Amino acid sequence: MRNLIAFPLLGLAVILQSSTVSQVNLLSGYADLPLVLLAAWALQERVESSWHWGALTCLFSGFISGMPIPVVIAGYLGVVFVARILQRRVWQAPLLAMFSVVFLGTLFFHVLSFIVLSFLGTPFAFGDVMSLITLPSLLLNMLLAIPVYAFMRDVSNWVYPAQE
Amino acid sequence: MNSRSLQTTIIFLVVGGILVLAFSGALGSASRGFTSVLVDIQTWVSSRFLGFQDFVTAPRDIVTLRTRNAELEVQVSQLQAQLIELQQRVNETEILAALVDFSRSNPESTYKAASVIGRDPSPFLHYIIINRGSNDDIRRGMPVVTNQGLVGRVDAVIADAARVQLITDPASSVNVYLQNADTSAVLYGSVTGDVSLDLISQNAAVESGDLILTSGLGGGYPADLIIGQVVTVRALEFELFQQATIQPAVDFSRLEIVLVITNFRPVDIAPLEPVVTPSP
Repeated sequence: MRNLIAFPLLGLAVILQSSTVSQVNLLSGYADLPLVLLAAWALQERVESSWHWGALTCLFSGFISGMPIPVVIAGYLGVVFVARILQRRVWQAPLLAMFSVVFLGTLFFHVLSFIVLSFLGTPFAFGDVMSLITLPSLLLNMLLAIPVYAFMRDVSNWVYPAQE
Repeated sequence: MNSRSLQTTIIFLVVGGILVLAFSGALGSASRGFTSVLVDIQTWVSSRFLGFQDFVTAPRDIVTLRTRNAELEVQVSQLQAQLIELQQRVNETEILAALVDFSRSNPESTYKAASVIGRDPSPFLHYIIINRGSNDDIRRGMPVVTNQGLVGRVDAVIADAARVQLITDPASSVNVYLQNADTSAVLYGSVTGDVSLDLISQNAAVESGDLILTSGLGGGYPADLIIGQVVTVRALEFELFQQATIQPAVDFSRLEIVLVITNFRPVDIAPLEPVVTPSP
């Protein structure tokens, strides 16, 4: 039942992303708060509902964004996929796993966006996209990673209390 | 009257008489010495009492002052918040006044004002979210402007909100008209948010500072909406067209309130465009 916190939490994250985070830009890139939140959640040890949270993030973000829905779905669920794989392999170094997931997830999401938007006719130069959008976004996502990971660890301890 | 009450009456009369004589000064130096002793004692007692009263009540005053100070601090912070709110309202009113002036000077269109409440979560797209939707008769394709010039057009609508594609979006293209050069061109957005002109005829004499307006060609936007000015022109002999960089009239980073032109219906010319069939 405590998993229902996903609704207000992810809803708030998408609202913050749209109203605040997207205004704090570095060159033409900005952080992706829902992505970092989702990565941090999926990396928590006892969490079993990361796919549900991923689907919910797709729903909220796809509702607001002009990005084609398949890109949003593949992007966020791809982040969950990478996080679940890494969580099993590098569980002893959670922060390393967090940075890896945020790095790979952001890169995957941006490459996917680039390919699909280019295919739909938006004229992009790969070099511009990498230097002006992807790399600054990566940096900002990495900066967000540590506080968001700590916050989501507390949330996961609340949602999945340790069995005595 | 018995002897005891008579005695009491006499004592009262005697003492009262002495007091009357003393207070009226009839007793002379004797009464003066007596009253001065009384005054000194009274002064000493009074000063000691006041000192004691100060000692007892002073801490209470500090508590009162602290409470009052806290109340005043709360009041000051409330007033500061009010001041900020009023300053925001003043800014909003100034923007709205400019927009009203704009709508009065362009009476051929009908407008609906909307606040910008967000931006697209993806950095690949240059969209804004406004707080008006289909409940306010906003429809897909309607142009969005400010008093400074063209902002973009409505891309998607829900009941109480709409998403607007800015002209700076990489996927945006607008048919424009260069007033001084008397020629048409196409305006494109980019990932950086800069806008540029392309498809300018090599014969056109485009100069820095030329005003750019929408041409109305293609039916996507009404004609004669201001977009910006030419900054630099690039004309190479071996290319088919000239290109130009543009300074938009609108500051897209500070959009707060916009106007949606509600009486404009975009024309979909896609069915009229020639279909390219592969040759056998």
